[in-house]
Amino acid sequence: MLREDDFQKRRNHLEKLSDEQLEKRFWEYADKVVKPLVDLAENHTSPSIERSVLLRMGFSSLEAGDIVRHCQKHGYLGKGAGNVVLKLAELKKIDYQQAGLLLAKGNGWDEIAVIFGKGHL
Amino acid sequence: MKLEPDVKISPEEILKDLDKYRPRRKGWTWRKKCEDGTCQLGPFEYREASEPLKKSVPLPAAKSFAHIDPQPDCVITSEIASGRFEDDLRRMRMAAWHGADHIMVIRTAGQSHYDGLIEGTPEGIGGVPITRKQVRASRKALDLIEDEVGRPINFHSYISGVAGPEIAVLFAEEGVNGAHQDPQYNVLYRNVNMYRSFVDAAVAKKLMVSAGILQIDGAHNANATAREAWKVMPELLVQHAINCRYSELVGMPRENIALSTVPPTAPPAPSMRYDLPYGVALRQLFKGFKMRAQMNTKYMESCTREVTVTHTLNLLLSRLTSADIQSTITPDEGRNVPWHYNSIHAVNTAKQALVGMDGLRDMVSLNLAGELGERVRELKERAVLFMEEIVEAGGYFKAVEEGFFVDSGFYPGRNNDGIQRDPLGGIGSDTIVKRDDDYFAPVCHHFGQNSQLKGLSEASSASGSKVCDIINGCTLCDADKIKFIDELDPDDNAETRLGNSIEYRQSVLKPEAEWAGDGIATLTFLLPISSDIAEFAALDIARRLGMDEAEVINMQVMHPSEGTLIELKGKIGFTINPQDLKIPPREEVLSEDTIRQEVFKTPFKVVAGTVGEDEHSVGMREILDIKHGGLEGYGIGCHYLGTSVSVEKMVDAAIELDAKAVLISTIITHNDAHRQSMRKLDQICREKGIRDKLVLIAGGTQVTNEIAIAEGLDRGFGRGTKGHDVASFMIKKLSKTGA
Repeated sequence: MLREDDFQKRRNHLEKLSDEQLEKRFWEYADKVVKPLVDLAENHTSPSIERSVLLRMGFSSLEAGDIVRHCQKHGYLGKGAGNVVLKLAELKKIDYQQAGLLLAKGNGWDEIAVIFGKGHL
Repeated sequence: MKLEPDVKISPEEILKDLDKYRPRRKGWTWRKKCEDGTCQLGPFEYREASEPLKKSVPLPAAKSFAHIDPQPDCVITSEIASGRFEDDLRRMRMAAWHGADHIMVIRTAGQSHYDGLIEGTPEGIGGVPITRKQVRASRKALDLIEDEVGRPINFHSYISGVAGPEIAVLFAEEGVNGAHQDPQYNVLYRNVNMYRSFVDAAVAKKLMVSAGILQIDGAHNANATAREAWKVMPELLVQHAINCRYSELVGMPRENIALSTVPPTAPPAPSMRYDLPYGVALRQLFKGFKMRAQMNTKYMESCTREVTVTHTLNLLLSRLTSADIQSTITPDEGRNVPWHYNSIHAVNTAKQALVGMDGLRDMVSLNLAGELGERVRELKERAVLFMEEIVEAGGYFKAVEEGFFVDSGFYPGRNNDGIQRDPLGGIGSDTIVKRDDDYFAPVCHHFGQNSQLKGLSEASSASGSKVCDIINGCTLCDADKIKFIDELDPDDNAETRLGNSIEYRQSVLKPEAEWAGDGIATLTFLLPISSDIAEFAALDIARRLGMDEAEVINMQVMHPSEGTLIELKGKIGFTINPQDLKIPPREEVLSEDTIRQEVFKTPFKVVAGTVGEDEHSVGMREILDIKHGGLEGYGIGCHYLGTSVSVEKMVDAAIELDAKAVLISTIITHNDAHRQSMRKLDQICREKGIRDKLVLIAGGTQVTNEIAIAEGLDRGFGRGTKGHDVASFMIKKLSKTGA
């Protein structure tokens, strides 16, 4: 957009505000701009976020990368990659670390489909 | 493991048992004020200073101030970015000794687009790949360095790009103390998809909170990018606010949020009239947040002197307003990847200027009633208008799509040259996914909707069940669960590089700009000709001197035809073996007590003065005066004849007073007058038949023992000489001659 500096015209409604009021308005607008962004983050996830969960569960970055790649491929990112790992461990009655390694290698995804109601064994 | 000042830091030792190394603390550390708020160093009181270091290298002029090394109140940053982290360790140690307590490691080019963590220690470009091994080894080295200098050192890097949350986990686990985190940076300058960037940022920020990591934002990049940088000031206020408020809503405490602020312009612009109102507006709007004052980089080219002056003006601004962290930019950043000694110069520029301006605001205050106040108000109003228009346009994403940001118009002026991004485009587009109702992440410090969290607390709470109990603890609660990957590339790693550089680190010598054995050195000279010819002549000079890969790194016209200043870098192909050097043995100096006893037994007098047409007396007074630890203090009778004394007069006085020594002070002159004075002193003494009865000594900043002896004297003393050295020499000489 090309626009002349029309500050003098635009500022009419700000002119009468005290410094305090002006600063308050600045932060009110900041809240308006930012709140929808926080809401978006609140109920979304991403491959990096899910890898960060797996790292915190004690998987290496390589293992986390593989698990999340499969999660994305099969459409389970929205369940949470850590959740997926735990569910397989529960079903197979194995340690979750083992379950994660299976999933990283591409195994166990059929079971995952059943657990989350997307498939049949 | 402990560092000793006379032993080099060993990267091999640092890398040993790294898999077991744990950070000793987490979180950011500010400098400690001296006990009653002011620091007393030598004869001076400092009001904006922090506790002095246990070990440090003071400013060069400290020699004249009892070697004091006052440390400013704010944290001082050194940016380190050589591309090889094992060589960076040396620079970190040097920087800490000069007063840096915030080591900011720059990432290798391209890491922000790397979708995941990098492992091992591959070589980087313009920075290092930030990996677990690099981070852990650097933190381990800094732990040793902070013990050595006696002040905590903050370690810092970047949580941006498409792997932000993972890097945040890594940093929280490894005790990294500060990080850049600003989703706007990804969107505007790295073309990361805007939705992805903000979704990732919330998780990253929450993780930063868990480890007390101080956050620095990325707004300053707008004035490094915009065509007319000083016009983006209203937008900078908006960008700061977006990241600050976003961080607060995610849970980051205000005192851990630092604004990265850069004075937007530089001379030849009348920069203070632009930069000061901006600095004041920022501090008025962002009360309670921390200020990270960065130096201007946009207008920096190859002249390090010009850069240093701009940076000093930036420091004046820091003192006139405030700075919690004073960042430094190396003066050579405009011409090459920063070199070791330039990192140190930058730290010293900050330390020197801040200490010099200590307490300035007690005498000088800002006049907000006049033009300054009006400009501050105007900037704030322009920023509010900018915010208004973002909301009107439909929010942040819409505003980015429409090119609101980094437009070089002075808002509300618009120049149609802002950065526009497609909400559906960019790196990592179409990768965020809505969390299902049963979404679950069984770990602590996770931001956002988490179905099984109800009733469970975060790891930080002392009692009750934690969300990670279900996995028997996450890595933030149990560090033993962290998986350490050493190396993935058998060739491109620190151990291989260390093997290649071992001789330069342990046996032979080569100049070093950034890497062990790089051999890089500079030559500075003037060629009395125009610049177009000078450049090629300079390269030919380098070639004939045997410098490889020579390159002119700075060229300045002194006059279109009379002369061109050249700074040139090149590589030195040969090595020096310190074993082969003939280093004259250090003279043993008698103890002060021995000197006093000798003088008591056999008292004697000396005659001293500055010879020739020279009015300098400072050096000689220091050698003689009792209060400077001079000869008088040992009981030696000193007869100071003053300045511009003739050699004849000195000798006559010596005879009259029955002195045992004549001390002349002299400066180096173009016509060798200093040599003539020395020679004359020897000759007159011989003519008068008293040469063997007198000890003849010359001194001066440029005098060497070799020159003095060549001209017939007994001893020459140069820069840094103390009365103690001179007294010791005289006692030894007199006892030998029996005079």
